[in-house]
Amino acid sequence: MRRAKLMVIGGSAGSLQVIMEIMSVIRPDFPLPVLIVLHRNSIFESNLEELFASRSQAIIKEVEEKEVILPGVIYIAPADYHVLIEEDQTFSLDYSERVNFSRPSIDVTFRCAADVYGTDLVCLLLSGGNADGVEGLGYVKERGGLTVVQDPVTAEVPYMPQHALSQVAVDFVVAAGNIPAFIKGLAFLPPV
Amino acid sequence: MITAIRIEELDILLNDLFTRYGYDFTEYSKASLQRRVQRLFTLDKFPSFAEFRHRLQHDPQYFRRFVEEITVNVTEMLRDPSFYRTLRSTILPVLATYPFIRIWHAGCATGEEVYSMAILLKETGLLHKSLLYGTDINPQVIERARKGIFPVSQMQKFSENYIQSGGIHDFSSYYTANYHLAKFDNSLTGKMIFSTHNLVSDFSFNEFQLILCRNVLIYFERGLQSKVFKLFDYSLENFGYLALGAKESLRFSPIADRYRQIGKEKIWRKVHEAG
Ligand SMILES: C[S@@+](CC[C@H](N)C(=O)[O-])C[C@H]1O[C@@H](n2cnc3c(N)ncnc32)[C@H](O)[C@@H]1O
Repeated sequence: MRRAKLMVIGGSAGSLQVIMEIMSVIRPDFPLPVLIVLHRNSIFESNLEELFASRSQAIIKEVEEKEVILPGVIYIAPADYHVLIEEDQTFSLDYSERVNFSRPSIDVTFRCAADVYGTDLVCLLLSGGNADGVEGLGYVKERGGLTVVQDPVTAEVPYMPQHALSQVAVDFVVAAGNIPAFIKGLAFLPPV
Repeated sequence: MITAIRIEELDILLNDLFTRYGYDFTEYSKASLQRRVQRLFTLDKFPSFAEFRHRLQHDPQYFRRFVEEITVNVTEMLRDPSFYRTLRSTILPVLATYPFIRIWHAGCATGEEVYSMAILLKETGLLHKSLLYGTDINPQVIERARKGIFPVSQMQKFSENYIQSGGIHDFSSYYTANYHLAKFDNSLTGKMIFSTHNLVSDFSFNEFQLILCRNVLIYFERGLQSKVFKLFDYSLENFGYLALGAKESLRFSPIADRYRQIGKEKIWRKVHEAG
């Protein structure tokens, strides 16, 4: 397998803690960009950048429209916009209808990322209470990207990962506690 | 499996439309456009790209539908309450010093933003000397904006935004509800002019003290954004204000050095005329 050029992490209810743990393994020398699409439901989750910055030394920023996607940077989908990706590997923002009652929608970003990155993509779907991300994960798989799902047994809200497992032949199912190490290993694989 | 419209096919289509109808979408951000075109293609059940292309080239009615469907017309009243709070507290008091106030909402979709502004102007005693222009490329949404009728189901959200934006009246006093529709007051509508206008190809049509163009530029590539910024600059009086969407910025534009941002909101003031 080739080394990925983009990692997209989708999460909903119950995924914040896992993402916090992931943050600690993403250092400035992390060889690929990481995009986090998280459904945020409360004001408490409004300032994610600050929250994540307490765990990671890498640059953490909200996605800006037309921004060039760079390795070692952690990008966060802004509240109330879908994040799209252009052919030239820049971000676009979109204020169109909610998808699966969600904006940002994980499905939308997974799909767009798969169109642009194809086999150079890793997508991770975490804990959550709705089906957003499942259809997109299937598409990522179809386009040859690597698909990873949090083991539902270890998820605070298992519906989303469970649903993914029933719909998509995902490549890896990883327990919450092992996800940071798994990601680190994946990112630092020597190129073939 | 559903046929996917490839990016090269999208380019072909956009070139057709420009040649045939003079509408230029070639500098729109492709990721969004591709999603919208794909959605329409699937919705209208075309068996192949060739047939889709043929229909668009030969059926002007269908091209109209295309424009209506590929534009993203989602909007809300008093969206981003803190933005409206700043308008109320900082911008309107300055505009109040003018004998007559002209405001342009470029890309106003179904007009919720224009009605929001009219409410603010009314509450600050400025509506009588104001004129609000609302324009959009999509004739269908302009038609709806003119009517000032919105689903009652949205009123609760709008009312929450209203309170958060510093509104002190009863929001429901601005409309009359009839079954599932809410019609906004004629005293508001009376100060509005709605018209189709294409930011890509149409000219400036007046000089304004305030231009709002929110969540439109995200759909344009940088080059087109720059052209539109120049159009706004040309259409804005000196010391006038330009307001953008929450995730848009003047920062990378060719006019940036002559504008100053007002606090943290996406509002800029023109401090120098073009040289
Ligand atoms: C997401 S809506 C924004 C509505 C409102 N300003 C808001 O922020 O809620 C974007 C609008 O831009 C319009 N638009 C797209 N291209 C345009 C163009 N070339 N000229 C004028 N309006 C355009 C679309 O038709 C759509 O109604």
